[in-house]
Amino acid sequence: MANVLEGLLYTETHEWVKLEGSKARVGVTDFAQHAMGDVVYVELPEVGKKVSKGDDLCVVESVKGANEVYAPLSGEVAEVNSALEDSPELVNSDAYGSWLVVLEISDPSEANQLMGWEAYKKFLAETEKKEG
Amino acid sequence: MVRFIPNTGKQREEMLDFLGISSEEELFSDIPPSLLLQKPLDLPPARAESEVLAQLKAMSSKNAHAGEKVCFLGAGIYDHYIPAAVNHIALRQEFYTSYTPYQPELSQGTLQAIFEYQTMICELTGMDVSNASMYDGASAMAEAALMAGAATKKSRVLVSRAVHPETRRVLETYLPLQGLKLVEFGLKNGVSDIDDLASKMDDDTAAVLVQNPNFLGSLEDLAAVGDLAKTRKAMFIVSANPVALSILEPPASFGADIVVGEGQALGNPMNFGGPGFGFFAVTEKYMRKIPGRVVGKTVDRDGKTCYVLTLQAREQHIRREKATSNICSNQNLCVLMATVYLSLMGKKGLQEVAEQSMQKAHFARELLLSSGGFRPLSDAPFFNEFALLSEKPVAAINRVLLENGFIGGYDLSRDFPEFPGGWLVAVTEKRTREEIERFADCTRRVEA
Amino acid sequence: MKRLEPVIFETSVPGRTGYSLPALDVPHVPAESLLPKEMLRKTAASLPEASEVDVVRHFTRLSQLNFALDEGFYPLGSCTMKYNPKMNEDAARFPGFAQAHPLQGEEVSQGALQLMYELAEMLAEITGMAGVSLQPAAGAHGELAGIMIIRAYHHSRGDSKRTKMLVPDTAHGTNPASSALAGYQVVEVKSDARGNVDLEALKEAMTDEVAGIMLTNPNTLGLFEENIAEMAEIVHSRGGLLYYDGANFNAILGKVRPGDMGFDVIHLNLHKSFSTPHGGGGPGSGPVGVAKDLLPFLPVPVISKRNDRYVFDCDRPLSIGKIRSFYGNFAVLVRAYAYILSMGADGLREAAHNAVLNANYLASRLKGSFLLPYDRTCKHEFVLSGKKQHDEKGVSTLDMAKALMDHGFHPPTIYFPLVVEEAMMIEPTETEGKETLDAFAEAMLAIAKEAEENPDSVKTAPHSTIVARLDETAAARKPVLRWRPAE
Repeated sequence: MANVLEGLLYTETHEWVKLEGSKARVGVTDFAQHAMGDVVYVELPEVGKKVSKGDDLCVVESVKGANEVYAPLSGEVAEVNSALEDSPELVNSDAYGSWLVVLEISDPSEANQLMGWEAYKKFLAETEKKEG
Repeated sequence: MVRFIPNTGKQREEMLDFLGISSEEELFSDIPPSLLLQKPLDLPPARAESEVLAQLKAMSSKNAHAGEKVCFLGAGIYDHYIPAAVNHIALRQEFYTSYTPYQPELSQGTLQAIFEYQTMICELTGMDVSNASMYDGASAMAEAALMAGAATKKSRVLVSRAVHPETRRVLETYLPLQGLKLVEFGLKNGVSDIDDLASKMDDDTAAVLVQNPNFLGSLEDLAAVGDLAKTRKAMFIVSANPVALSILEPPASFGADIVVGEGQALGNPMNFGGPGFGFFAVTEKYMRKIPGRVVGKTVDRDGKTCYVLTLQAREQHIRREKATSNICSNQNLCVLMATVYLSLMGKKGLQEVAEQSMQKAHFARELLLSSGGFRPLSDAPFFNEFALLSEKPVAAINRVLLENGFIGGYDLSRDFPEFPGGWLVAVTEKRTREEIERFADCTRRVEA
Repeated sequence: MKRLEPVIFETSVPGRTGYSLPALDVPHVPAESLLPKEMLRKTAASLPEASEVDVVRHFTRLSQLNFALDEGFYPLGSCTMKYNPKMNEDAARFPGFAQAHPLQGEEVSQGALQLMYELAEMLAEITGMAGVSLQPAAGAHGELAGIMIIRAYHHSRGDSKRTKMLVPDTAHGTNPASSALAGYQVVEVKSDARGNVDLEALKEAMTDEVAGIMLTNPNTLGLFEENIAEMAEIVHSRGGLLYYDGANFNAILGKVRPGDMGFDVIHLNLHKSFSTPHGGGGPGSGPVGVAKDLLPFLPVPVISKRNDRYVFDCDRPLSIGKIRSFYGNFAVLVRAYAYILSMGADGLREAAHNAVLNANYLASRLKGSFLLPYDRTCKHEFVLSGKKQHDEKGVSTLDMAKALMDHGFHPPTIYFPLVVEEAMMIEPTETEGKETLDAFAEAMLAIAKEAEENPDSVKTAPHSTIVARLDETAAARKPVLRWRPAE
């Protein structure tokens, strides 16, 4: 069973979100990194890019394929984790420590639509059962 | 019995028995009967190998060719000498009857050859990264322009009028697909008009495209074009002649972001225009944006150095509609021939091919000008091809040349109505002084 | 004994040469007086320095690190690795073909034009289309041309609302990629339980915003789309066009024609169905064929015959334009022409019969040991699943593919099509005899047994190849894409 961290918010497309005031730190979950396999490259967005909830935010490439990361919330990219450019493997070794971007969020109420950690855990259990 | 089909009638019956069916027609019973062909295809009857070869030989002999005529025609496809070893390696079944190297354990030969090719293209162009090749020089330029549009998110592409007319036509076909607008800038003295370019550039310009030597044979001022592109944050794309690159300062030195070109001149026959290959090289910054296959170096489980297709997440078989291009193949066998050619010619040989071509072209131009029937189209520096303006009809000149065993120059008025009497002559290292003198002499005999 | 070979740059010896050129026989003028100094190269390109012997040995040794069709069975699904007749290579090298210049003029290129004209006519007859252009350089290039023709057709009728292209979930990756490149939004259509396109899903997706559908028939499961007539009716009745991806045409040569099935635009892969060599990844050739109403949109130039002369017809105002320089991969066309001449109508039909018989025989021999998710008569290929071995023993399809190498066979296409888990897509072609099929079946059965009894040995395969499994992750994380001298 993939690791799920308390205190974070989650999407059904396996992004995690950590709210920090008007900002949101975003990464991919342990489940996602495991499903993708060895991450070889993270294509980070440009700072200033505006996204709506559900838009393509950035791409995480593994040997198996390219995986879209969707914006969990609407807003503007305020920061990107450029450490991943040289060390994409961090996404595999520490999915919750390896944030991809920080969003300046434009509609804080959207966060209510995200799952809490327990809900995500349940969601994962159901997903695994279905694919069982 | 067809000689490429090993199964005998008896074996086919054994297989049908195994399947528990009585006729091969049953294997096609999933095709709606109304669609099945009711009569044989209307094709010529099957012929024996000797007959096929005789027929093709007869057809081939209806073509003029550089094996029997002396070729002074270039315009993008060149009659350079190809050492015998190139064809012998290309005929090794291990290379020509294998598939794309998707299984690296069984394809190290092809993979390493591509890796060597990529290195050679980087050396010649001065760029950091080369792919494993594209269909031809024209489509490589089109893909470069599309890549620039995607990378800059701008919508105008400026192309010099001195880029090969075939390439400009391919650009016209490709660019609107992705909403890019192609804008041409003009010529002055046979080279790109820098003032015209400057006046047409704006902040929505994704790329500036030039060819060097350009279609008229003249050498462009790459430094000036590159600087202009940089000031507007447009990408600078150069189509280069790979033979000339051995003696010309590489486009990378002038700030090129992408260098492409037709690779036929490197060890590939003219093949009536195809196949050759397009090379495609970029700076490191754009490594993950390039179209097409790329080979990288790695190690196997035991630590042995080996090679593998890499950065595949860009490609159509992984990324489908989000791929950087729809291209699947490379022109691999042509690339192999180029790699063998460049290995044989080496550092010095390619320079000598370029140097001899240039010397002979300059000799030929002087001779033609002194014959009195021509004026220069330009006094810009040139490499192995030059444009003249003829007082006599170009068609008449080429007809007389053909009668005397020459394939004459290209009639520029076909693509450049502003140059009536324009005639583009190419001279490679294969031409001898005697041939050049006879060639010039023939032009004198043409009646006005 | 095979061994790895250093890159040619490493064995380079300063001063060695592998070429000879006649002495310069015109007066030498220093380059500095011909060209401005800033244009002259300051540092020579580091090309290798090697003798002809070195170069020939190097590339001969490299060649020996490849597995190739002339060496053995190469059952890659959807790739049609059929034998490449030697005669084709000789014909393509006739000087009148190989040394002809594309701009030398129609009058002195009548043989080349005749060949292209007749090949296009023959391909039109074989496919049931009204006209064929030989210009596309490869299958994906043919797809692009074909989709552009569809787009041009709709636009010429003032119909610009069609912004979507339908693509089944079994399609080759080039189909969605070509559609997207041509500016279409790709809409995936799912398959039904028999492996056909789901008719209900098609009806739902086929709106008046859809330009057409790209189909491979037989599809990539190796199955004939049994409802093709109904599908054509659904698409046509709503104003769409049908595109035929010719990747799997080998199965139906001389049996049924795309034109008769209702397709409007097709491409062929001469390097698959018509025996031209794959060359380790090209050059190929991807002619595009069209129905009568679409003839005006073909790429220029079209080769026409006027009063017994062959001419380039460039005056075609509705044409999509040029998609590459000159006329196509001409030397590949020569090979395909030679092949069709030697096969004739009966020979092509025989090819389809044997290809289909071979595939069904092999599928039948293997289905007891591997899952066959769509168990019905197949065409030229079939798709097994390694799911049983994967789930029960942890042996993946990749592992089994690698194990085949130790048995002297090239693996099949794997993990494609995407609708089959742990897919193995096997296409034997007609140029293999029953003995080869039996030997391959024995190898597959031995691997299935080994997976059962000794899974670790399969998981670590291959054991006999020149290199073991490669570290593809390292290659993609820190790409080394060219050789550089050691520091």
